[in-house]
Amino acid sequence: MAEELEAVIGLEIHVQLATETKMFCGCPLSFGDDPNIHTCPICLAHPGVLPVPNRKAIEYALLIGAALDCEIAPSSIFHRKNYFYPDNPKAYQITQFEIPICGSGRLGDVRINRAHLEEDAAKMVHVGESGRIQGSDSSMVDFNRGGTPLVEIVTEPDLKSGAQVREWGQLLRATVKELGVSDVNMEEGSLRCDANVSVRPVGTSELGTKTEMKNMNSFRFIERGIEAEIARQKELIGSGGRVVQETLHFDPSTGELHSLRSKEESHDYRYMPEPDLVAIVPTEAMLKAAQDALPELPAARAARYRDELGVQDSAALLLSFETEWAEFFEGVIGHDPGIEPRVAANWVTGEFAAELRKQGDQPLAESKVSPDQLGSLVLMVAGKRISHSSGKSVLEAMVADGADPVTVVEEQGLEQISDSGELETIVEAAIENNPKPAEQVRSGNEKAIGALVGAVMKETKGRADGGEVTRLLRRHLGL
Amino acid sequence: MAESDLLAATAAETAALIEGNEVSRQECLDIWLERTAADDLNGYLWRADAESAVGSVDQEAQDPVAGVPLAIKDIFCTTGVPTTAASKILEGYRPPYDATAVARLASAGVPMLGKTNMDEFAMGSSNENSAYGPALNPWDRSRVPGGSSGGSAAVVAGGLAPWALGTDTGGSVRQPAAFCGVVGLKPTYGSISRYGMIAFASSLDQCGPITQDVTDAALLLARLEGRDEMDSTSTGIEGGIALPSAANLNGLKFGVPADLVGEGVDPGVKAVFDRTVERIEGLGGTVETIALPHAKHGISAYYVLAPAEASTNLSRYDGVRYGQRASDRDLASMYEDTRGDFFGPEVKRRIMLGTYALSSGYYDAYYGRAQRVRTKIVDDFNSAFAKVDFVITPTSPSVAFGLGEKTADPLTMYMTDLFTVPMSLAGIPAISIPAGMATPEEGGTAMPVGFQIAAPAFGEQKLLEASFALEKAIAFDNGGGRI
Repeated sequence: MAEELEAVIGLEIHVQLATETKMFCGCPLSFGDDPNIHTCPICLAHPGVLPVPNRKAIEYALLIGAALDCEIAPSSIFHRKNYFYPDNPKAYQITQFEIPICGSGRLGDVRINRAHLEEDAAKMVHVGESGRIQGSDSSMVDFNRGGTPLVEIVTEPDLKSGAQVREWGQLLRATVKELGVSDVNMEEGSLRCDANVSVRPVGTSELGTKTEMKNMNSFRFIERGIEAEIARQKELIGSGGRVVQETLHFDPSTGELHSLRSKEESHDYRYMPEPDLVAIVPTEAMLKAAQDALPELPAARAARYRDELGVQDSAALLLSFETEWAEFFEGVIGHDPGIEPRVAANWVTGEFAAELRKQGDQPLAESKVSPDQLGSLVLMVAGKRISHSSGKSVLEAMVADGADPVTVVEEQGLEQISDSGELETIVEAAIENNPKPAEQVRSGNEKAIGALVGAVMKETKGRADGGEVTRLLRRHLGL
Repeated sequence: MAESDLLAATAAETAALIEGNEVSRQECLDIWLERTAADDLNGYLWRADAESAVGSVDQEAQDPVAGVPLAIKDIFCTTGVPTTAASKILEGYRPPYDATAVARLASAGVPMLGKTNMDEFAMGSSNENSAYGPALNPWDRSRVPGGSSGGSAAVVAGGLAPWALGTDTGGSVRQPAAFCGVVGLKPTYGSISRYGMIAFASSLDQCGPITQDVTDAALLLARLEGRDEMDSTSTGIEGGIALPSAANLNGLKFGVPADLVGEGVDPGVKAVFDRTVERIEGLGGTVETIALPHAKHGISAYYVLAPAEASTNLSRYDGVRYGQRASDRDLASMYEDTRGDFFGPEVKRRIMLGTYALSSGYYDAYYGRAQRVRTKIVDDFNSAFAKVDFVITPTSPSVAFGLGEKTADPLTMYMTDLFTVPMSLAGIPAISIPAGMATPEEGGTAMPVGFQIAAPAFGEQKLLEASFALEKAIAFDNGGGRI
C-alpha cells in the first residue's frame, strides 16, 4: 500500500502599504493613473540619487508586526537584491534580508517567520494578444508603481490544505485591513499571495521538494490552485515520479497549472548590505505607538462575539472579518439592550446579507438600512410583535427603499395576532377546511401538520406566531 | 588690479578683491571663463561660457565667496549640463537635478566654471581611465595628475580655476592633490551629502575640496558640510567650520604608523616626509611611532569592498532610461551591448571583481572577510587616537608617475593608494598638503610631494588648524613663496 501523503504549505504575502508617498522618494502613490506620471530621478534610478526611507512605511510595518505578534528587531538593515530586469530601474531591489524589521510571530494557528519592508517593482505591460510576456509584440514599463512600499509577510510551512490557506488568508487580509495600512485589494494587486507547496509522507518532518505558485488574485483561486497542485504532486509521487522545483501559474479559467520557470534559471541575487541607508532603530516611543494604535483585531473580535456575546461561530467569523459588518452588527445590538446578540448576528449575516445580495448585490456601505432600523426590526420579531416571516417581508421593503420598519408594520397591519381567542378560531377553521392533512396528523404522521400551519399563516398573512400556531393545532388535533 | 593677480589669487584672496571692489563678480567670472577656454591640460570635460546659466553671477548673494568661480568634478550632477563621470555610457546625459553640493555652492553665489576630467566613474589613480583621455600634470605634462579627481587637481594647480570640487573614495582627492602640489581634503564620511554624486562605492565616497591652500579648503568645506534630508547617511560637523588661524602645534601629538610607512616609499618622498616631521617638532608638536597593524591590509580589503559596491551601483547603466544605448535587438542584447561597448576596461574589471566577490559561495570568503578587515582598521585608528591627535603619512609612496607607466599593471597602480585607503575605510577626515619637491626615481623634473594628516571622525576643525600652522611653516621654510 502506498504511503499516505500530506501537503505542507507556506505563504509569502506582499502587502502594498497605503502611504502617501513611495518607500524611498517623495513621489505620490496611486492606482490607475496615466503611466509614468509619478516618477522622479530617485525612482527612475538616475545617476547619483539616494534613497531616503519613508517614516510612515516603517510605522506601518511596526503596526503589522504588533498585530502579528512579531518580535521587533532593535536594529534592522536593508540589503540590495541584485537582478537585471526593466521593472527594476536600479537593477537592485532594496529589501530586508538578514535582519528584517519584524521577526517571528503568529496569527491564529500559523506561525509567522518574518515580515520585512521592501520596495515594489515597476509594472510591466506586455503588448499583444496574450497580455503575457510569451508571444507579446513588445513590453512597456510603468514606473508609477515602482518604489511602492511593501511589507512581505512570510509564514512557516504550517498550512495543510487549500481551504485552510483560503481561511487563513482571509483572516490575514482582514487583520491587515483593520490596521488601515493597506487597501488589501487583491484585484488591484495591493495584496499578493505566493504559495510554496510540497507534500511528504504523513508522520515525517522533512520537507519535500516545493513548487511556488505566483500571484493569484483571489483566495478562491489560491484554494483551487493549491488543491490542484497538491493533487498533481501526490499523483506524481504515487506513480514513482519526482517533483521538480519550479514556479507555477494557475489558470482559474481552465484549472490548469503552467510552469513559469524552473529552478535552474534561478538568480544569484548577490545580496549585500545597502550602504546608502542606515539601520532602522525603532525608538521606545515608536514601539509603544504601534502597540497603542492596535485596534481590536478580527481574531480577537470573533472570539469576543463568540465567548462574550454568544454569537454562533460561523456568524462571529463572518462579522469579524469585515470591519464594516462588525461595526454594523455592533450598531444593531447597540439599538436596544434587549436585543440578543446571537439573534441579531443571525439576522445580520443571514436574512439581511441575503436580502442585500438578492436586491442587486448591494454593498453594505451603500445599503439604505441603518443599524438602528435593523435593530428595531430584530426587537419587534424577538418581542413577538411581528412574526419571523413578517419580519422578512418588512426587511425586503427596508432594503428596497430604506423604509422604516415600525412604519411598515403599522401601515401594513403586520402586528402579530396576540389575541389567542382570535387565533383559536382560525386554527379550528383550518382543521375543518383541510380534513386530509388533519386526518393524517391524527393517524400519526406529524409532519403533515406543516400544511395546517401553512394554512393558518396564509389566513393571517404571516401575522401569527408559528410556535403558538403549532401548539394550538396539536392541542386541537388531540396530540 | 592686474588680470594676472586675479588669476594667481587664492579663493580667499579673490573674495577680498571682490569685497574691496578691485574686481566685480562679473569681471572675475569673465576673466576666469577666458582662462578656462585656454585649457591645455585636458582638465575640463565641459566648460561654462558667458551664455551658460551655471556660469552666471548672482548679484544678490551675500556670501563673501560669492562670485569666486569653481571647477566641479564631472561626477556631480548638474541640471541641464552634461554629466558623464568620464564614461561613454553617460555620453549626452544631462541630469534633471543638481547634486546637493552643487546646489549649496550655487546658493552661496559660487559660479561653476566647468566640469573636470576624472577617471571613469572615479575608478583609478592616474586619470588615465577617462573615456576622454587623461588630464595632464601641469608640473610635467608627460606625467599623470593622479586620480580619480585628476582634472580638478590639474586645473587648480595649473591656474585654470581658483578652487575645485573632487570626490575621494580611496584617496581620489588627496592623491591627485599631492601629485599636483595643491591641498586636498577628504572630510569625515557623511559630513557632506552624497546626493547627486554619481556613486562609485557608496560606503566610502566622499566629496572633498581641492584648493590652493588650507584656508580655501576650510572656506569650501564650511559651505558644503551639513545634514541633507536627501542623504540618510549624511551628518553635520558640530559647530560648523571656522577659518583656521593656528600659529603653532603646541601640545599636539602626531603618530607615524611605522608598520605602514616603511619599505616601498620613494627616497625623495621619504626625505620630504622626514623634513616635515622635523617642522612639526619645530612648531611645538611631538611625533611618535604608533601601530596601525591592519592598515597594510587596507588595499586588499578596499579592492574587494569598493568593486563589490561598484558592481551593484553601476548596474543601473543598462541603456533603458538614459545615456547611450548600443542595441535594440532584444533585452539581453541591449544590456550586454550597452555595457560591453560603453564601459571602459577598468570599470569592467572592477564590476567583474565585485560581482564575483558578492556571488553566493564567495561572499564570506571575500566581501565578509574584507568587512572584518575594515572593522579591524577602524579599531586600529581608535586605539591610535587614544594616544595621538593625528596620524601622519606621506600621501602617496611616490611622486606623479609618467603617463602610461603603470597602466599595464593594475596592481602597481592600486598601491599608489596605500596611505590614503585606510582613512577611507575608517571614514575619518584626512588632508594632503604640499610639503616639498622631490625628483622622481627615474630622474626628470622635480615634482610635488604631499603630506597626509588624518584626524578622528568629525575632527575637521582640529585637522584644518594643524594643517594651517604646518602649511605656513612650510611656506616660510621655502622662503615664503608658493611651491
